[in-house]
Amino acid sequence: MAHWFAMGGYAMYVWPAFAVFFIVLVWDWFAPALRRRRFTRELRGRLARERTRNTRAARAEAST
Amino acid sequence: MSRSYLPHWMHWLGSPPNFYRFAGAWRPWLMAAALIAGAIGLYGGLVLAPPDYQQGDAYRIIFIHVPSAWMSLFIYATMAVAGLIALVWRVKLAEVIAMECAPTGAAFTFITLVTGSLWGKPMWGTWWTWDARLTSELVLLFLYLGVIGLYNAFEDRRRGARAASLLALVGIVNLPIVHYSVQWWNTLHQGTTVDFLDPARSSIAPSMLWPLLVMALATHLYFFASLLGRTRTGLLSLESGKQWVRALVDGQPERTTGAPT
Repeated sequence: MAHWFAMGGYAMYVWPAFAVFFIVLVWDWFAPALRRRRFTRELRGRLARERTRNTRAARAEAST
Repeated sequence: MSRSYLPHWMHWLGSPPNFYRFAGAWRPWLMAAALIAGAIGLYGGLVLAPPDYQQGDAYRIIFIHVPSAWMSLFIYATMAVAGLIALVWRVKLAEVIAMECAPTGAAFTFITLVTGSLWGKPMWGTWWTWDARLTSELVLLFLYLGVIGLYNAFEDRRRGARAASLLALVGIVNLPIVHYSVQWWNTLHQGTTVDFLDPARSSIAPSMLWPLLVMALATHLYFFASLLGRTRTGLLSLESGKQWVRALVDGQPERTTGAPT
């Protein structure tokens, strides 16, 4: 196992290369999920505000 | 504008809520297949394949470097085709797909450059050289970043997507330059290892070739899974005023018909 990790003396080149591959792809995979969560939260807030405004307008309408 | 010459399923899939649902259904399966292929390919490349007689174990970087390099070109071509459709027919879905290709393409190009550098240091004695292959791949990264930057520079997202699509189409001239650079110029970068048009010219042992091809399959599957996810997110934010998105976000589907799950 230790022999395998040593990669014939090239461990300091082989393993960082594989690490970069995985780190960059993990970022690529999760970045849109974060963007999506932010967007969903914003839109949900906007819709809630709209609803409050509509309810208030309806109430004002009803009371006149 | 009439698009009636398109097959029915293409028309159906071109509608954002339909594509959103379709992509959501396919994405986990593609990713699962990518992970399985990646595990098999890495096991074959890192454990089963023998060391190279010249490069020892350093050559094992090939199993991520070459598939990433292929992806950097393949994704660019995909982006350009989607960009062409976006420019000619103004299909909203094509605009989103073209733009969502760019980050993953930039990611693979970046991986190609960094892993190449990590491979070049022990083999050539240098991290970087201004050789034709390396320089044209760096230009490819700048093209991807240019597309992303141009897209984000516009207030109107759809106009931004069309402008960036035009840049992507112009940049397509770089693809043959990257591919043929090792033949056209005398480069430090080694020549083609796998020749698909003439397999007899491939200079790689079968025990090293199959993990490489399986890794190429894994990166393609990964790209499609990632693109579907990115396109879903892109469609949501582009269609944020539409009822199907509002229903989806709000969990209140009372006023919609055919709301996606």
